[in-house]
Amino acid sequence: MSTITENITWFAACRSADVPQNGGVCVKYNNDQIALFNFTRRGEWYASQNMCPHRMQMALSRGMIGSQDGEPKVACPFHKRTFSLITGACLNGDECAIKTYPVKVEDGLVYIGIPEADGPLPA
Amino acid sequence: MKIVIIGNGMVGYKFCEKLVSKCPDRDLLSIVVFGEEIRPAYDRVHLSEFFSGKGAADLALAPASWYSDNNIQLHLSDPVTSIDRSNKTVHSHKGLTVAYDVLILATGSSAFVPPIPGVEKEGVFIYRTIEDLEMMQDYAKRAKKGAVIGGGLLGLEAAKAMIDLGIPDTVVIEFAPRLMPRQVDDAGSRILKSKLEALGLRVQTNKNTAAILGDEYITGMQFTDETHLPVDMLIISAGIKPRDELARAAGLEVGARGGIVVNDHMQTSDPNIFAIGECALHNGMIYGLVAPGYEMAEVVAAQLCGSVKSFHGFDMSTKLKLIGVDVASFGDPFIAGSEFRSVVFEDSCKGIYKRINITADGKQLLGGILIGDAADYNMLLQTVKNKLALPPNPEDLILGARGSSEGHENAGVSSLPDEALICSCESITKGQVCNAVTASGCETVDAIKKCTKAGTGCGGCIPMIKDLMVHTMKSQGKYIRNVLCEHFDLSRQELYDLIKVKELKSYDLVLNELGHGDGCEICKPAVSSIMASIWNEMILKKGNDTAQDSNDRYLANIQKGGTYSVVPRIPGGEITPDKLIVIGSVAKKYNLYTKITGGQRIDLFGAHLNDLPNIWKELIEAGFESGHAYGKALRTVKSCVGSTWCRFGLHDSVSFAIKIEERYRGVRAPHKFKSGVSGCIRECAEAQAKDFGIMATEKGWNLYVCGNGGSKPQHAQLLATDLDDETCIRYIDRFLMFYIKTADPLTRTAAWLNKMEGGIDYLRNVVVNDSLGLAAELEAAMQLLVDNYSCEWKEVVENPELQKRFSHFVNAPEEKDPSVKFEPLREQKIAANWK
Ligand code: SRM
Ligand SMILES: Cc1cc2nc3c(=O)[nH]c(=O)nc-3n(C[C@H](O)[C@H](O)[C@H](O)COP(=O)(O)OP(=O)(O)OC[C@H]3O[C@@H](n4cnc5c(N)ncnc54)[C@H](O)[C@@H]3O)c2cc1C
Ligand code: SF4
Ligand code: FES
Repeated sequence: MSTITENITWFAACRSADVPQNGGVCVKYNNDQIALFNFTRRGEWYASQNMCPHRMQMALSRGMIGSQDGEPKVACPFHKRTFSLITGACLNGDECAIKTYPVKVEDGLVYIGIPEADGPLPA
Repeated sequence: MKIVIIGNGMVGYKFCEKLVSKCPDRDLLSIVVFGEEIRPAYDRVHLSEFFSGKGAADLALAPASWYSDNNIQLHLSDPVTSIDRSNKTVHSHKGLTVAYDVLILATGSSAFVPPIPGVEKEGVFIYRTIEDLEMMQDYAKRAKKGAVIGGGLLGLEAAKAMIDLGIPDTVVIEFAPRLMPRQVDDAGSRILKSKLEALGLRVQTNKNTAAILGDEYITGMQFTDETHLPVDMLIISAGIKPRDELARAAGLEVGARGGIVVNDHMQTSDPNIFAIGECALHNGMIYGLVAPGYEMAEVVAAQLCGSVKSFHGFDMSTKLKLIGVDVASFGDPFIAGSEFRSVVFEDSCKGIYKRINITADGKQLLGGILIGDAADYNMLLQTVKNKLALPPNPEDLILGARGSSEGHENAGVSSLPDEALICSCESITKGQVCNAVTASGCETVDAIKKCTKAGTGCGGCIPMIKDLMVHTMKSQGKYIRNVLCEHFDLSRQELYDLIKVKELKSYDLVLNELGHGDGCEICKPAVSSIMASIWNEMILKKGNDTAQDSNDRYLANIQKGGTYSVVPRIPGGEITPDKLIVIGSVAKKYNLYTKITGGQRIDLFGAHLNDLPNIWKELIEAGFESGHAYGKALRTVKSCVGSTWCRFGLHDSVSFAIKIEERYRGVRAPHKFKSGVSGCIRECAEAQAKDFGIMATEKGWNLYVCGNGGSKPQHAQLLATDLDDETCIRYIDRFLMFYIKTADPLTRTAAWLNKMEGGIDYLRNVVVNDSLGLAAELEAAMQLLVDNYSCEWKEVVENPELQKRFSHFVNAPEEKDPSVKFEPLREQKIAANWK
């Protein structure tokens, strides 16, 4: 959350047209999976870990996005736990928070910002 | 402030969680935890589920990463060996020395092992940790005869474990004259005993163990009454012993029979050291249950975070499910004497026992016991705690559903005083819940949860919270509008009408025109379903794909592990050998698990997202269609073989079932709906359990509606008799369309009818007598849906754009999700158990 201060490496994930409007896709990053969301309605992009911490399922990219009191969120398709796309906090119940990543779009390409501490980029 | 916590059990973990979530100055706290066990805190209460298939990871309360994510240092497998109170440091087994400002002892307890000669032999176990269970698992392979010492709560859990371990013959040995002597009376114990015996356990009470026999390992037990029992494996569960050894060595005050003495602030005799959970001795009492431990954790966390809170004992009323049997005791379960009387209800055939103790004047409830059926536990407990007035015939309290049980509960809620504790996990009173409604304007259960935290623990109180909310709002004269969610101030029925009149065909348009905000997982599928019910257009088009519930979006049900199931339609359950062969060869090719479903068709499980379009391509080529197992739509029309083969069959029920299934396939509704057609009154198709069911008579068909299986089964009710084919279908058209138009989201037909004023008579008037003058409109609306039907999988298979969405990685479309794992089972595969 607040650790994205220093060094961020931008990873080119896909073309912006590859991501459905108001929906998500899963991005392969090394051996990790990142959920990337094109929140067209808000004109915003978000990224988070793909794994839902409730049952450790690789599923969040297949979830529905929406908002709660103005806060953008994603609902896991398995048991509808919802998480803030900004802070990653679980908005219902005591599930632990998910990791979120910064996103930028340039020239039709979507980049996900990986903080240095998260390990090396692919060669 | 430096906080050190010794013990990472259930209460130690809860304490961490409360600190993290409650403390305004979280960043100023440094938190270090020492745990003796090798894994982070897990759910000991459900320890027995380890044997019924849950792994250690399933039981974890939070993964190790939770601690690091929240900046908590966790040292596992590293017990603290001493406390230096003058320097305020603790010293660990691995040699760490850590300084504290505040020290928390959450060391729990260990099993009490009575000094019986021979307890050290191999094959004698205690039942406390996952390691204990792992050791048992190994040993149990060789054991045929098991025994458990102790017929209390933990002993019965242990006996269940013996069953789960596959030990054919197990005896529970209890010293007292009855089982669960602290919670249950003699009669209750008898019922419980018969229930255990039905499960294959033997029970011996009044037995005192004198010695454990055998050389190296246990071969039998010898009792003080000179009897013997051959035994290969024994679990001792004779009570608990608080782990106060560290505290004792550090010179803290401990009780004569063990336990670290604490005051109402959970402070030990050293004001910088607190003790919580099963190691703490409060007011002469050790609490062997988790809820009081959580309350203690809350008390200390609140104090460290700057508020004032103290512990004033905890009610020991409990409700448990032991070996599948409900057991509850509340208030004073045993009280007896001339000032009191007890009312007892016993049904030994069903295994139900209920006892309530009341004052001789019949005015107050003091306590009681429930076995086999503990549904009334909450209300009875509230009645004791709040000294509520009893009904004129107190036996009504336990004889229950003589009339509407809901009405009874509602009356109960409003009669509770403001101090009544509604949520015992978070200690929230009725007053606080009602205040959240009146003062803070909370008008949904979610809002109340957020505002008060009530209902966020075990969730058992949520029905009561909802009742209280509705009751409070009604008493404020508020019209309770049944709005969809925060994005639409409309009910489903209002939305339905508006979408139709305004001819809206995409979720975004509906949100722009009728709602506000960005939508959510409640309104998106509800609106999508309404649009499908009105227009029946391909659901993945017009940007509506991402507004579908995930299963609809991928046209398949997501399963444990992230794969999907494939269910082709098999109308009426009739299938040719050739088609069976196709299903078999597709399943083989894509390595799918196959099973005959409860709906007379075949489910293929374990398909990777990437494989779905190819699988369906092959099925469609062979003439199959989507079975809509993923949609809130028609599922199956079950049929019996009927007059084609059956010697009793009156009409051809299979042909009629196929006709019905093909007519309504793909029709989307507020919830799924099912049907059945039986060829005679013997009802082999179970039509009366369906949303609409058809049964052959001498003269035609009887039509039944609004039946339901599921958790609250309900028989369908007769709508019309002796119909010919056409009339029958016309009535079904009207019935279904009326349901689709007026039901709330996710409401099955049975629940819909239950809420309908006038019930089945009103419905019959609408459908059969056309009392609302809607019949023609309803029939036309259904005909539109029928005419617009097309198989949505066929469209995907023919449309490369739509197919694109069926890949797991956007940047590696050909790769499958590598995290998917399977396990073998009986020559097929199943999903690996989840964490
Ligand atoms: C496969 C099957 C079990 C089986 O192996 O036999 C099954 C499997 C599921 N059922 Fe069922 N039900 C199956 C027959 C039934 C039946 C029996 C029947 O239809 O005759 C019932 C009781 C009858 C009834 O519905 O009234 C039944 C009552 C439920 C319910 C409870 C509905 C209720 O009104 O309370 C749910 C939950 C829900 O829908 O919200 C459910 C939900 C489910 C879901 C969809 C759970 C989920 O969301 O993942 C399961 C997924 C299946 C899949 O992925 O394909 N299933 N389910 C059966 C599929 C029948 C079919 O061919 O389509
Ligand atoms: C089989 C079983 C079924 C149960 N069923 C129920 C039920 O249905 N309902 C209910 O309310 N309760 C039930 N309980 C009781 C419940 O599990 C306990 O009340 C609860 O676990 C107590 O939590 P605790 O944190 O105080 O102790 P524990 O969970 O025992 O945790 C204490 C931890 O501290 C560690 N520790 C001890 N000394 C040290 C040291 N010096 N250094 C570091 N670590 C140390 C221990 O290894 C342990 O991990 C059940 C218990 C068992 C065993
Ligand atoms: S319902 Fe009647 S016709 Fe159908 S199988 Fe049973 S007995 Fe035969
Ligand atoms: S796995 Fe995500 S909510 Fe359960």
